[in-house]
Amino acid sequence: MSNLLTWKEVPKGAFLEKPGNAADYETGDWRSIKPVWIAENCIQCFRCWVYCPDAAIMTKDKKMIGIDYKHCKGCGICANECPAKPKALEMINESDSGDN
Amino acid sequence: MANLKQLSQQEEFFTPGHRMCAGCVAPVVVRQVSMAAGDTPVVIANATGCLEVASTIFPYTAWRAPWIHNAFENASATLSGVETAYRALKKQGKIDKKVKFIAFGGDGGTYDIGFQSLSGAMERGHDIVYICYDNGAYMNTGIQRSSATPQFADTTTSPAGSVIPGKIQWRKDLTAIMAAHNVPYVAQVAPSHFNDLITKVQKAIAVDGPAFINAMAPCPRGWRYDTREGIEMTRLAVETCYWPLYEVEDGQWKLTYKPREKKPLTEWIKKQGRFRHLFTDENKELLEQFQQRVDEEWEKLLRRCGEM
Repeated sequence: MSNLLTWKEVPKGAFLEKPGNAADYETGDWRSIKPVWIAENCIQCFRCWVYCPDAAIMTKDKKMIGIDYKHCKGCGICANECPAKPKALEMINESDSGDN
Repeated sequence: MANLKQLSQQEEFFTPGHRMCAGCVAPVVVRQVSMAAGDTPVVIANATGCLEVASTIFPYTAWRAPWIHNAFENASATLSGVETAYRALKKQGKIDKKVKFIAFGGDGGTYDIGFQSLSGAMERGHDIVYICYDNGAYMNTGIQRSSATPQFADTTTSPAGSVIPGKIQWRKDLTAIMAAHNVPYVAQVAPSHFNDLITKVQKAIAVDGPAFINAMAPCPRGWRYDTREGIEMTRLAVETCYWPLYEVEDGQWKLTYKPREKKPLTEWIKKQGRFRHLFTDENKELLEQFQQRVDEEWEKLLRRCGEM
């Protein structure tokens, strides 16, 4: 869950002190289905990365390294676009993920 | 040629944590524009719309770059002012950094409400890039038809039923209208074809003077399709020639992508609930009419691009 600011913490005068602070807001709890990355199938084509509406595909040193579940909204675009055979991204129900 | 691995090392000006719907393609367009801009310092203006409201819910902002929102109708006028102020400061020697200016507006804020300010900014020749993310209706307020809505689409203000078969009129060809402004660069793009999109945005940014880019950005709520198919939606729109990819550089029309095989329009529209009523026996004729108009528009474009 995202931590909402209390009335004492909300900046005065509608100022925003930190550009891009939406990254601190977690949208991952919107998800009802979740992508699972199967690393051994991944061909590092970066299609999931370029098509993710939520910049939730994590990369490091030009490598895809996983999924940012704090922000992934579970739209499924990544799994749909994954060209690897067999696919390196699969959607599963959140209720089956064992994380709840 | 966009090298995705290279691009992944840059910081983007649009962060996750924005509140656009799951599967919305508008943020994909914004991210790809950001990839194209790279390290170039940019100032962004936003017309009222989904993107504006969902990216700046207080006390958060998804923008890492300087960002301004004024009203629905005047993103271009606002950005014209910002760009003019920048030129004035530069002339006075108070700023020496090279800055570029990008406006984002939905089809409501671009085709309809912001049309006069956009036309004015283009005519005055401001050094701005205007990017329209076209989802084909007023999605933010609940799927009302706009002049970008495709003919026959079911919206809340063009409801398909016994009186009308969805929207009655053909959509406004805004990209061609912007080309008629004789600005240095105009292009139509789709995020499925990211290479094409990124290359065109880079051209638009590099150009000295106004540039306009029309990007298709499907809306799973308004178009009624499964969220996972957002990118497939723009790919099919391109492959069926409903949304051709082309550019107009200094008056020269050029097709930048020609489908190997032009797919039937039904392949695109059968996936969308907003066209569901077209697949009934009594509306068969409309479906043919729709395909015929797409064919005509495609041929018109081919002639303009010197392809036939």
